[in-house]
Amino acid sequence: MSIDLKTVQRIAHLSRLKIPDTELQQVQGELNKILAWVEQLNEVNVTGIEPLANVNDEALRGRDDVINDGGKAADILANAPAKTADFFTVPKVVE
Amino acid sequence: MTKLTNLTMTEALKGLSSKAFTATELTKAHIDAMQTEVARGTKSYITETPELALAQASAADARYTKGDARAMDGLPIGMKDLYCTKGVRTTAASKILDNFVPTYESTVSQKLFDAGCVMLGKTNLDEFAMGSTTITSAYGTSINPWSGKDPARANRQLVPGGSSGGSSAAVAARIAMAATATDTGGSIRQPASLTGTVGIKPTYGRCSRWGIVAFASSLDQAGPMTRSVEDAALMLREMSGYDPKDSTSANKAVPDFTAMCGQSIKGMRIGIPREYRIDGIDPEVNALWQKGADMLRDAGAEIIDISLPHTKYALPVYYIIAPAEASSNLARYDGVRFGVRVEGEGLNGMYENTRGAGFGKEVRRRILMGTYVLSAGYYDAYYLKAQRVRRCIRNDFDTAFAKCDAILTPASPSTAFGIGEKMDDPIQMYLEDVFTVTLNLAGLPGICVPVSLAQNGLPFGLQLVGRAFDEETLFKAASALEKAASFTALPPMVAA
Repeated sequence: MSIDLKTVQRIAHLSRLKIPDTELQQVQGELNKILAWVEQLNEVNVTGIEPLANVNDEALRGRDDVINDGGKAADILANAPAKTADFFTVPKVVE
Repeated sequence: MTKLTNLTMTEALKGLSSKAFTATELTKAHIDAMQTEVARGTKSYITETPELALAQASAADARYTKGDARAMDGLPIGMKDLYCTKGVRTTAASKILDNFVPTYESTVSQKLFDAGCVMLGKTNLDEFAMGSTTITSAYGTSINPWSGKDPARANRQLVPGGSSGGSSAAVAARIAMAATATDTGGSIRQPASLTGTVGIKPTYGRCSRWGIVAFASSLDQAGPMTRSVEDAALMLREMSGYDPKDSTSANKAVPDFTAMCGQSIKGMRIGIPREYRIDGIDPEVNALWQKGADMLRDAGAEIIDISLPHTKYALPVYYIIAPAEASSNLARYDGVRFGVRVEGEGLNGMYENTRGAGFGKEVRRRILMGTYVLSAGYYDAYYLKAQRVRRCIRNDFDTAFAKCDAILTPASPSTAFGIGEKMDDPIQMYLEDVFTVTLNLAGLPGICVPVSLAQNGLPFGLQLVGRAFDEETLFKAASALEKAASFTALPPMVAA
């Protein structure tokens, strides 16, 4: 399977990544090389084999449903590129 | 007396306990060494923290005076700049985190501070740990202290491996007694091999991932880089342990790994996987591998031929799963909550400009790849397929470990190479992880031990692989291999 320039632009947008137009073709070429290389996985018969998402066989643990952290607004905002009072601020979203 | 910077941590602890020198003297010796022009030329550190180091050393000295010293008290180490350190800039070697100063401490760095470690600075790496050279770092490429040894590359700077290349360079250059590192596809073991140092990636779940900048969460593990197997055992013991803040952290007791060092390996069955003999590889790699097997046999181990049939599929599986997880993990760099923001038209324009400018080429490539394999219509063909083959790879190891107790393999396909080599296409560089990546996919522990100088004068390490949560066997075997190899060569920039 290989991808066209339009697909590169679509996944760049899905990824919220600005790729300069001058680099699109190079990116397309590299992605296609990698996609061609991973095609070899089709040689493996995986019928009846369950996907392995995590090697940790233990079930995820629950914990008591109690508040165990908090009151750290200043810490959380300390690295914000832009803030107003106790809020992160972003470019205007609603006209 | 041996120079303070040439001691192992185990040796230094003896000197500190017997008051032969103080933690402050030991730390000062390392700060002086770290700040020479030659040392700074290796670009091992992104951020130096000498004031913090001296304050920590002074606190360690006070504990030695009072007689309540801790397990690693006063030992100066480097911290990979992927570990969040409270009040100390943490960049992940990315422009997008250029101004990020965490307000919290990663679990593992906190454990090391609790054990008395002194932090000299934050070590360089490939951007977000994506690479095998540190060339993708936004803060310059680290230089292997062994540069100049290989006659074929006499005038060429060599890479220290990666992603933990600043850690490996610092430890080899004797400007840190040890360093933390992380390993997602080989990022501890490959740089260890290229710099003549020891590195262990423990079992997935052994060390908490909390507070370590995430790359591929089902593969990432923390581990130490050191100059001896015993030092690695000591440091890993202090880094390990259950952490409720990481849902994949294993609730298992941590054995005293140091007690395994020097124990007999008589009767231990060491597997040699035939699929790791790769076509077209330098024949010297196979010769040194054989040499390592002979050393273990001479020490009493039984060498067994084993098969790991799905080995050749490990890299393609990795280059689907790791980018998929990375594309998800790196979604958080949005210019809103932390890191660098680049304004643009509206919210989407700001996101796209921020991420386009903040991420380097390799990181962007992996985000795009990950986004593609997870996108509607391709998820089953790529991502689920890769996860199924991942299980085949793990099953291979289960079958093999019915016949053997540990596995011996090379750790890297070559010795250190020059900056700029293997850069023609991404896949060429991806092959650096051919011997290491299988362990991350299976969650198994692996340790790299230097066994010899190759004919070109550069160090070469071998990897031992163990069963899940059986680092003890690994330390036994690694210690036997270290003893037999007695690797004492020093890089050219380090004086004896």
